[in-house]
Amino acid sequence: MSNAPVDNGRRRFLTVSTCVVGGVGAVGAAVPFIASWNPSARAKAAGADVEVDISKLEPGQLMRVEWRSKPVWIVRRTQEVLDALAGHEDQLRDPESVEPQQPVFAANRHRSLKEEYLVLVGVCTHLGCSPQHLKDGAFAEYVEGVPEGFFCPCHGSKFDMAGRVFQSVPAPLNLVVPPYQFLDDNRVLIGSEAEVA
Amino acid sequence: MIKHIKNTLIAALIAVPSMVFAAGSNYPLDHADYDLTDKASLQNGAKLFMNYCLGCHQMQYQRYQRTFNDLGIPEELGQEHLQFTGEKVSDYIRSAMPTESAAEWFGAPPPDLTLVARVRGADWLYTYLRTFYVDESRPFGVNNMVFPEVGMPHVLQELQGTPSKTTEKRMVDGEMVDRYVGIKSDGTGELSPSEYDAAMLDLVNFLVYTGEPMQLERKAIGKWVLVFILVLFVFVYLLKKDYWREVH
Amino acid sequence: MWKNLLDWIEYRIPMMRVANMHAIQYPAPKNMNFWYVFGFLATIVLVNQIVTGIWLTMNFEPSAERAFASVEYIMREVDYGWMLRYMHSTGASAFFVVVYMHMFRGMIYGSYQKPRELIWLFGMFIYLALMAEAFMGYVLPWGQMSYWGAQVIVSLFGAIPVIGPDLVIWIQGDYVISGATLNRFFALHVIALPLVIVILVFLHIVALHEVGSNNPDGIDVKKPKGTLPEEEKTDFTIHEYYTNRYDYTKDVIPFFPHIVLKDMVAFCFFLAAFSYVMFFNPDMGGYFLEHPNFEIANPLKTPEHIFPVWYFTPFYAILKAVPDKLLGVIAMFAAIIMLVLLPWIDRGKVRSWRYRCGLHKWNLIVFAIVFIFLGYLGGTPQENWKITASQIATVMYFGFFGLLWLYSKNEDTKPLPERVTK
Repeated sequence: MSNAPVDNGRRRFLTVSTCVVGGVGAVGAAVPFIASWNPSARAKAAGADVEVDISKLEPGQLMRVEWRSKPVWIVRRTQEVLDALAGHEDQLRDPESVEPQQPVFAANRHRSLKEEYLVLVGVCTHLGCSPQHLKDGAFAEYVEGVPEGFFCPCHGSKFDMAGRVFQSVPAPLNLVVPPYQFLDDNRVLIGSEAEVA
Repeated sequence: MIKHIKNTLIAALIAVPSMVFAAGSNYPLDHADYDLTDKASLQNGAKLFMNYCLGCHQMQYQRYQRTFNDLGIPEELGQEHLQFTGEKVSDYIRSAMPTESAAEWFGAPPPDLTLVARVRGADWLYTYLRTFYVDESRPFGVNNMVFPEVGMPHVLQELQGTPSKTTEKRMVDGEMVDRYVGIKSDGTGELSPSEYDAAMLDLVNFLVYTGEPMQLERKAIGKWVLVFILVLFVFVYLLKKDYWREVH
Repeated sequence: MWKNLLDWIEYRIPMMRVANMHAIQYPAPKNMNFWYVFGFLATIVLVNQIVTGIWLTMNFEPSAERAFASVEYIMREVDYGWMLRYMHSTGASAFFVVVYMHMFRGMIYGSYQKPRELIWLFGMFIYLALMAEAFMGYVLPWGQMSYWGAQVIVSLFGAIPVIGPDLVIWIQGDYVISGATLNRFFALHVIALPLVIVILVFLHIVALHEVGSNNPDGIDVKKPKGTLPEEEKTDFTIHEYYTNRYDYTKDVIPFFPHIVLKDMVAFCFFLAAFSYVMFFNPDMGGYFLEHPNFEIANPLKTPEHIFPVWYFTPFYAILKAVPDKLLGVIAMFAAIIMLVLLPWIDRGKVRSWRYRCGLHKWNLIVFAIVFIFLGYLGGTPQENWKITASQIATVMYFGFFGLLWLYSKNEDTKPLPERVTK
């Protein structure tokens, strides 16, 4: 029965092109299945940028806000605290903020956009606990000569008032600085950086 | 107890298939010629909804943000002019009225309107919104032609004016009878009858949108899918022909 | 390298052997026509339902409080969630379209007759499981039709004497249809019944491949081993599993690629229709997605009209046609059981309606019309004339089986051709 002459070139062309077209279809059909695993509109809305009013933040005070279900600290540091940052750099693991734990604008000693305001994701880089803010000399109990800092109760990691990690603690990296920008003097937007013109 | 349940079930079994409720009406529906691509109409519809409906009815499956984006309303503007209860732009469109007190006032909680266009159809809504009429025997002083014994007041009265049933005398079988010819406003509303109809069409348009916000996207994708299937068909058909030439 | 890998696998598991035996070199009659594509299409729809179903469970929340909202969440907030949902909802109706066509094919060409009774039986079990699957799936969105449809269908079990009412409560897990009912239906819909259906489909195909496919002429394309001279055997490569037992005439072609390509052509048509519904008319005028089901379930308010989804309406019409509650339920189940027993009700020896008596042809056509008419009666609002009409149609439905049983014993049949006709 298969005695009709078979034009192999034509058949090969048709086979290949049908497979290609079918393959395109299969890829297209896969799109909704793959895309549906993206964060949904609800998740995106919950993870949207958070606008924070910092006008009532007193010097030395720390406020907590929630961003993408994580605690974010905003600390208004006093000049004293800022001056002290240079004092203990020999005890830090990464005093220059070499590791990419912050937006480029915060890769400096005070790890912030404006020196006065420190914005940090309050999650320890060791195993994800939220460290405590110890001040007025309470922190000196853990690091001699440093009156104020962050101490993680879970495994004893220590960070200074720029979120930089001290040596010989379990946490490997400095605390994360989230992307943020100042909308004006009193309002911070956490979640995105100001666009560079 | 068991006996009682048994009876209920039997009643349900027998009665349910033929149940016809008062909400049914044979009033002829006007065609709602809505247009989902008309952003101005949708925006006006959204404005009407937020101002007049949201007081009692929720739209709890739809988000302000999504609505603003789809309707081409900048979020700041939307928040300023269309959000009255101080929620975030990412919140669902919820009514300020607590459900319990609503149920107390109206006998039943006002239904959620997110999907009302998919339940009732655009034509029904368009006709319903335009056929309220004064009926002092009702608790809210109004009744409706397509929804007899409707349980809500005519909240759009300030736009439409006070509507009443108009009739004309007709000779039927040798007797003069009043025949219903339509709803007529007393003209005290902010809108003229044709403006009111247009506004209601906008509102219906908006409700059709919220019933299925992805409707335009769905049709746009569908066109490409059909084009693709046509291409696939051509190749598959030729290949099939080629192989079946050897079958005699 | 590639060949080594295949050999390595083949040595350990019969991958290519099974593929050759059941697909690539499976002997298929060359005269299989349009009616023979629906089995393939049903398989495609089954895969579609399973895959989209799995994806829907990723966001669906099976509780009375959240089910309705989570479906709208899928429709509005999950990327392409609406597409997955419409694929699933359109697929449900498409499943029954192709299954009804598939069954009617079996009826007109006598594919249920000896030796294919078990294929038919497994097929009917698939159909029953599919009905249960579809019913429970329809409850999950927890709309008004979900709730009241479940109410009516579950109440049917209440018609069973003595244990009925207690059985209903047991099925519901509450005194009414409730969150407990929803949750157990969810479990059955996503795990138990799909598993049953997949196993039954497997058995359906194993049984089919054991005896071979029927064809529109209803004659055998295989002859006893050694009865065909070499020049009358098919030139195509047929797997030795089959050729060792039978000689195959030139009426036989391999399943792959010939039949598969034909199925693919049909698949393109099917896909076009499916996509049209899914993208342009997902409600299908209220038949695929009923309008009241866009309203959340409300135990205190029955919708104006309650209909099951279209694929159940023929049986629903039979239920309503019988004025007695218990007898109505019995009639409805009997209507399905009649179909199950078809291989034994038909006592004919000739399979295809092409070679059977004229009465048989008319009987089949009338049956199809009656079935569709019953569907119409069961799916539209009750009117007085419809009660009588559905009673007549019910009698005609059962009449098909009665007549068939009577005339098939000594039937005037036409002579069968030696070889399949074009």
